[in-house]
Amino acid sequence: MFLRLVYESFRRQKRRKLLAGAAITLGVGVATSMIAVATDIGDKVGRELRAFGANLVVTPQQDTLDLQIAGVDLKPPSDGAYLDEADLPKIHGMFWHNNIVGFAPVLPVAVNVGGKSVTLLGTYFSKQLTFGKDEFRTGARSIYPWWKVGGAWPQDDSQDVLVGERLAGTLGLKAGDEIEIAGQSQSHRVAGVLSTGGAEDDQIVAPLAVAQAILGRPGAVRRLYVSAVTKPEDAFARRDPKTLRGPEFDRWYCSPYVESIAYQLQEAIPHSHAEQIRQVAQNEGTVLARIKGLMLLITLAALLAAALAVSAAMATAMFERRTEIGLMRTLGAGSIAVAAIFFAEALLLAVLGGSVGFAGGAMLARVIGRSIFDSRVAVSAVLFPIVIAMAVLVTFAGSALAIRRAVKFDPVYALRGEG
Amino acid sequence: MSSRTERAKPRRSMFVRMLVRAAVLRRGRAAAALLAMVVAAAVTTAMLNLYVDVQAKLHTEFRNYGANVVVVAKDGQSLPGDALNKIDSLLGERGIAVPFAYVVARTSDGQPVIVSGTDLDKVRKLNRWWSVSAWPSQEQDALLGTRAALLVAPQGQAFDLSFQGRTVRLNPAGTLRTGSAEDSRVYLSLRQFEDWTGVPPSTVEIAASGTPEEIGATLPELALALPDTDVRPVRQVMEGEARVLGKTRSTLLVCAMLIILTAALCVLSTLMGWVFDRRRDFAIMKALGASERLIAGFFVTEAAVLGAVGAAVGFVVGVSIAVWIGRVNFHAPVVPRFAVLPEILFGGIAVALIAAIVPMFLLRRVQPATILSGE
Repeated sequence: MFLRLVYESFRRQKRRKLLAGAAITLGVGVATSMIAVATDIGDKVGRELRAFGANLVVTPQQDTLDLQIAGVDLKPPSDGAYLDEADLPKIHGMFWHNNIVGFAPVLPVAVNVGGKSVTLLGTYFSKQLTFGKDEFRTGARSIYPWWKVGGAWPQDDSQDVLVGERLAGTLGLKAGDEIEIAGQSQSHRVAGVLSTGGAEDDQIVAPLAVAQAILGRPGAVRRLYVSAVTKPEDAFARRDPKTLRGPEFDRWYCSPYVESIAYQLQEAIPHSHAEQIRQVAQNEGTVLARIKGLMLLITLAALLAAALAVSAAMATAMFERRTEIGLMRTLGAGSIAVAAIFFAEALLLAVLGGSVGFAGGAMLARVIGRSIFDSRVAVSAVLFPIVIAMAVLVTFAGSALAIRRAVKFDPVYALRGEG
Repeated sequence: MSSRTERAKPRRSMFVRMLVRAAVLRRGRAAAALLAMVVAAAVTTAMLNLYVDVQAKLHTEFRNYGANVVVVAKDGQSLPGDALNKIDSLLGERGIAVPFAYVVARTSDGQPVIVSGTDLDKVRKLNRWWSVSAWPSQEQDALLGTRAALLVAPQGQAFDLSFQGRTVRLNPAGTLRTGSAEDSRVYLSLRQFEDWTGVPPSTVEIAASGTPEEIGATLPELALALPDTDVRPVRQVMEGEARVLGKTRSTLLVCAMLIILTAALCVLSTLMGWVFDRRRDFAIMKALGASERLIAGFFVTEAAVLGAVGAAVGFVVGVSIAVWIGRVNFHAPVVPRFAVLPEILFGGIAVALIAAIVPMFLLRRVQPATILSGE
C-alpha cells in the first residue's frame, strides 16, 4: 500500500513532480559545479601564476658574489663555481617533478660585438632532455611566457641567437642578419629579436652550448631557474627540515611547499644551493590564498541559494497537497504514516533529481574549466554521495515544515480548502 | 466631478485594505515569499558588489609584486636631479617611486661588492617580499644581502668599503634575503650613499596602482616628462597580473551568473506558488463582480510591493555580506556600490511581476465556480 501510494503519486502528478525535480536538479547542478570549480581553483590559479616566471633559483654551493647591475654581469668569467649541465635531467626524477612546470639553466658570458661589450646569455629555449625512459622538453619558452620573439626561436642545437630589442636597435640588427662575436671564428645568425621588458632587452640570448663554447667550459651552468607549482607557505612549511622527525619530516617532504621543493632540488643536483625567489614565491601564496578564500565564500553563497531554491520548491509542492494529507488523516492514517509517505517521495525526488543534477553540474564544471582555464576541472566521485546527501537533507528540510503543518492541521478545514 | 472622487475614495481604501489584509492574514506564506525575495536580492547584490570590487582589491594584492614600471637613465648616465620630483608629482597618490643608485665598491681586502643607495622607507613599502632581519635606523647603518654579509661582515662586525679612494666605515644593521641579485648587495640610505660616492640615482622603480589601462596611460606621460630616460613597463609583472586577473574575473562572472539564476528561479517558484495558492481569492473576487483589470491590478500591485520591499531589504543585507567578505578575505571593506540598487530593485520587481502574471494568465480562463468547488 505504501509503495503504491508513492508510485501513484508520481504517476498522477507528473507536472508537480517535474517542477520539484527540476528545482532539485538545478540546485544540485549549481552546487556540484561550484564545489568542483572551488576545490580546483587553487591548482588552476597556481598554474596561471606561473606566468610570473621562475620561483626557485639553484646556484652552486661555493659561489662568489654576483656582480650584477641592471642585468649587466660584471663578474669575471673565471670567477666562481658552476653547476654541471649533466645533472639537470635529474630534476625530472624528483618526488614533485609533476609540479615542475619547467626549468632553464643560464650561463652569462661577456662578449664583444662591434666594439661594444655586451652580455651573451646561454640558456635552453625548448630543449629535448631524457631522464630514464622519459623524454621531455623544457626551457625559457615554458617558464617565461612574456618573452616575445619577432622572427623565430632558435633551435637549441643550432648556432643561432636572439638579440634583445634595445641592443638590436643600437646595433641595427634584424631577424636573418649575421652577427660577429669578437674572438669567434664562426658568425651567428640572428633568428629573431627578443622583447622581454627586462635586462634581456640589452643582451644576446643564445643556446647554452654556444655560451659554453665561448667560455671554453663545456657543461658549465651558472644558475638554474625553476618554475614550480607550489602550495602557499604556512608555519609548518617554514620549519627547518633538520629539526623535523620521522612522520613530520615525511609530511613536510611530501607537501609541495616551495621550501620542500628547494630541498629536493638540492638533493637532485649535487653541490647546489636552491633558494626561493621571494618576489615571485611569496606573493604567489598571498594572491592564491585571496582567490581561494573568495571562491570558498562564493561557493557558500551558491550553496545557500541552491538550498533555498530546493527547499522553497519543496515547501510549495507540499503545501499544495494539504487536502490530500487531510484526506489520509480522515481515513485514519497516523501522522507518522503520512509523514513517511511524503518523506519517501521527497527522498526519491532528491536522489533522482540529485543524480541528474550531479551529471549536469559535472558537465558544467568541465565547460567552465575548458573555456576559462583551458584544462579539465576534475569532479571527484567522492563528491557524488556528499552532494546527494546534501540534496536529501535540503529536500527534507524544505518539506518538513509544510508536512508538519499539514499533519497538525484539522482535516476538516483542510478538506474544505481553508489552508 | 465631486461624486466621482467620493466614489473613488472608498474604492481606493478598499484596495489598500485588501492588500494589507492579504499580507496579514497569510503572513506565513507572505513571509516565505518575502524571505525568498530578500535572500535572492541579497545574494545578487553581494555578487555584483564583489564582482566590481574584487578587481580593485586584487590589483592592490598584485602591487605586492613590486615595481611595474622602471625609469632608467640612458646608457650608464645618471638621472637628472629633478627626475624623482617630476615622477612623484605626476603619480601623486597613484603609486610610489623609489630611486636606486649603484656602484661597485671594494672591501678592505679588495673584493668587489655592489653597493646601492636608496630610500629605505619607500623600498620597504615597494618590495614587501624582502625578508629583512632589521632595517637600518641610524647613520652608518647598512643593510646587507645574505651573501654579501658572508663576505663583508661574517661575524657581524663593522666593516670598511672604499670607492674611488674614499673609504666609509659601516655597521651591519640587518640582513636581507630575496633569492635574487639583492642578496649579493649592500644597501645604504641614499643620502649617506651620495655623501660617500657622489653618484646620483640611475634607476627609479615605480609601483603604479590602478588598472592596466590606467598604467598604460601613465607610461607616455612619464616618457614625456623625462625625455632623457627610458621608461619601461615590467612585462613580467604586468602580463602575469593581467592573465591571473582575467581568469579570476571570468570565473567570478560565471559563478555570479549561476547564483543569480538560481536565486531568481527560487523567487519565481515561491511567488508563483503563492499566487497560485490564492486562486480562491481570485475566484471570489471575480464571482462578486470584480473586473479583470481590478483583479490584475490587485495582484500586480501586490507583487510589485513584495518585489520592491524584498529587493530593498535584500540590498542592505547583500551590501553587508559583501563588506563582510571584503573584511574577512581582503582585510579591507568592499565599498558599497549604490549604483546597483536600481538594477536590483528593477530586477526584483520584474521577477515578482512575472511570478504574478503567469499564474493569473492560466487562471483567467477558468470559471470561478470550478475553482470554488475545489477542483
